[in-house]
Amino acid sequence: MSKTKTTFSGISPSEFFYRNRDLAGFSNPAKALYTATRELVENSLDACESAEILPNIYVRMTPVIDQLRASEPRTYQLKVSDNGPGIDPEKAPDAFGRVFYGSKYKLRQARGMFGMGGTMAVLYGQITTSKPVVIYTSIDGKKTHKFTLRIDIQKNEPVIIKKEIIEGKGTTGTTVELLLTGDSFRASAKVHDYFLESALVTPYAEISFIDAQGKMFYYPRSTTSLPKPPVETQPHPHGFDFEGMRRLIEDTKDKTLHKLLTNNFHRVGATTSTNFFKSAGIDHSGSPKDLAYENIVKMVDEMHNYESFLPPDAHCLSPLGRDILNAGIMSELSPEFSTIAIRPPSAYSGFPFIVEVGLAYGGKVSSGGVKLFRYANRIPLLYDEGSDIAWQVVKDLAIDKKRAYKIPDNAPLALITHVCSTKVPFKTAGKEFLADRPEIERELKNAVREVLRQLRLHLSRKSSQEAVKRRRDIYSKYLPLIAEFSKDLSGKKTLPNFQPMLKSYLEEGEN
Amino acid sequence: MAKPKKQTKSKKRQNDLEKHKAQLKLQLKELGNKIYSDLDSQKFPTIHFPSRSVRNIVYDKKTKQYILGSNTVSRTASNIKHIRPFTQLTWLAFFANELMSNKKSSTLRDVYYSSQAYAVDYDDQSESDAIITDLESVISTARERLNIYPEERSAIFGDLDIEYTVPGYEGNRLNLSSHPDGYLIGPSLSTADFVDTSAEMIIAIEKGGLFNRFVEEKVHSKYKAIIIDTAGQAPRATRYMLKRLHKELNLPVYIMTDGDVYGEHIAMVIVSGSAGAAHLRDLTVPSAKWLGIWASDIAKYKLPTIPMTEVDFKRVSELKRDPRYQKGVWSKELDVFMKIKAKCELEAFSKYGLTTIVDKYLPEKLEQAKSM
Repeated sequence: MSKTKTTFSGISPSEFFYRNRDLAGFSNPAKALYTATRELVENSLDACESAEILPNIYVRMTPVIDQLRASEPRTYQLKVSDNGPGIDPEKAPDAFGRVFYGSKYKLRQARGMFGMGGTMAVLYGQITTSKPVVIYTSIDGKKTHKFTLRIDIQKNEPVIIKKEIIEGKGTTGTTVELLLTGDSFRASAKVHDYFLESALVTPYAEISFIDAQGKMFYYPRSTTSLPKPPVETQPHPHGFDFEGMRRLIEDTKDKTLHKLLTNNFHRVGATTSTNFFKSAGIDHSGSPKDLAYENIVKMVDEMHNYESFLPPDAHCLSPLGRDILNAGIMSELSPEFSTIAIRPPSAYSGFPFIVEVGLAYGGKVSSGGVKLFRYANRIPLLYDEGSDIAWQVVKDLAIDKKRAYKIPDNAPLALITHVCSTKVPFKTAGKEFLADRPEIERELKNAVREVLRQLRLHLSRKSSQEAVKRRRDIYSKYLPLIAEFSKDLSGKKTLPNFQPMLKSYLEEGEN
Repeated sequence: MAKPKKQTKSKKRQNDLEKHKAQLKLQLKELGNKIYSDLDSQKFPTIHFPSRSVRNIVYDKKTKQYILGSNTVSRTASNIKHIRPFTQLTWLAFFANELMSNKKSSTLRDVYYSSQAYAVDYDDQSESDAIITDLESVISTARERLNIYPEERSAIFGDLDIEYTVPGYEGNRLNLSSHPDGYLIGPSLSTADFVDTSAEMIIAIEKGGLFNRFVEEKVHSKYKAIIIDTAGQAPRATRYMLKRLHKELNLPVYIMTDGDVYGEHIAMVIVSGSAGAAHLRDLTVPSAKWLGIWASDIAKYKLPTIPMTEVDFKRVSELKRDPRYQKGVWSKELDVFMKIKAKCELEAFSKYGLTTIVDKYLPEKLEQAKSM
């Protein structure tokens, strides 16, 4: 066992994140309030979508009367309710009271990638207010389980303070109520952006948000079609790492390496496995448990380098799709023109991904340059726009090369980029911006080019229509004047017979 | 005894003027006819006229002035960019015809506002002014003949009897030495007949202040001169007036300006016209003489000076490339300006007493001019 491993086993994941909460987006009271809100909302949306329930989400932020702190930062109660399937009462305490609770090896497209967002919010609330969290959950609508719990940070496990069963409200769902220190004054702009941008890609959800001032923001549902729920999938050999392999070998009941590969990996069948081991020079009939440390390293390396694995397929992904994206654009941006490009699935390092780009132009879209809405697995990305690969691509094409697409200065133009993947390459755990993977960059470029070409077509159609209209207006105005003045100047009694000419000219303009 | 002779001359001028006016009206009417018949036969009307672009302004050695070359431009109603100015031009031709028929006159600004009564739109007065210049090119005639005058006015003073021809004043006579501030050279004076004069020369002077001094010092009687204040660069009405005085009364024209490069050019424009009016004739007095202040007079008369600026030097080098400045006093004085790097104003003579310019400088320069 390596020395590093030994060091880390002495500190629980909760402890680790307690000490490094900046990494997860809880660096100051303003950002913490925003991050806690979005983590809980994203958990709720994920829960509803996986059960194919049209989400109804209710969020309320209430300042707690706190004699000690009259000004910001102060204590807030954050309440997030959903109509999802509810959480199995056996598992609920772990779901909110243990960091890294979740399936071990399977991959699934979900908003929360690190399995810790909700728990981090609970943890942050606990350390800033020393108050427990209250969870209500119902899986049948008849009974609601109410848990009052806290996290034992050193042991990384939930401590249930109180457990009650109360009468259900007739619907399934989960409600989280927690107290935390926040700065709603400074968080306000981001929180509102977050809800607006979420609404843009979840037009099938109904979201109500009551902010700290008691103002309600309501985002109605504008479509009832839900995206296809993402499916869990096995990992692809190209994206599997040493630590994963070590644990897999530790847990497996498979008797041979051949079985290990074919049972646990995406798109690896008997033939592929046989060919792989032959090429790697590893005996595929050996027992996984007997594989020496060096050989685990070798096998993982070979798995990364072997080019004949089938590429990952994207059935496990759930893009937004044309209808949903368009419904979101129409209801939130009300543009004069919109278009959508959806790229075929592609993969980076064994992780499948799909890029979708929407474009909105004119109408109620604000002018003054390109506005970019970035999303990854349906989460709006609000911070560090400049570092994001999507921004680089949009800047390259829609700003630096705008002439090529006939985009006027200060155009009322908005672009929406969505990357969905079983693993989104975020640069940080705070989920703020995408790393510049060349495969993703290429697909983003193709998609952005496609929508910009559509925009160019729209703009040139529009300008030629306008030119025709302008010509007609000008000739209808001036030709009769010329006729009149020439009549007066030449001393004739009647106007020249110019009407047929004007008429045929105007009809010509129509074609 | 002289009067009957002058009367005959005036009659002849009246006849010429009437003939010219009739001809102008015919020209405008023909323009209207052409546009009318084009429209009537389902054709987009087109007008051709000489181009006034810089490349088409050439120096004519024979007349010693700038004229337009052989390039023409066309304005056609079939071009979307032309149809608006085409409409404006057609309207202006109609409007000028009305002015002439009703014996009314109008300023450039009036024209701009009058257009609004006919639903012809101009963005601003400069657009309207440009169309007026277009019409001048089309009919090769100055706008003043169409009774359209600029705002700028200069003044005239001296022993000259005129007889008005404008409506309401026909036959009224006036002597131009009756009012010491002088008379504005406006539409009425421009079209008046010259009946009688005792003057033997015309002196055009750049500045109003000096014009008043000359009147006070009785230059008109001492030198038998008609004095004209050009108020800077002489307006076209004034240049036309100088031309008429010279031609009809057979009087020599002398010009006095500040001793700088701009003063020299004011004189040159009276002598040989400007590039801006290259489409027009009848505005020049080729025999007019520039009396001064020459650059060489500055040293000769020990005049107080002002140093020349960057802009002055730049103007000198521009004029050095102008074909009209290649010889004689024109070329020589430019060189002296470059050498002494100084300039002076007409008022500089006041250093030696208020009357020096009239008593000493003027007679010496007039004497010198005889030999030029």
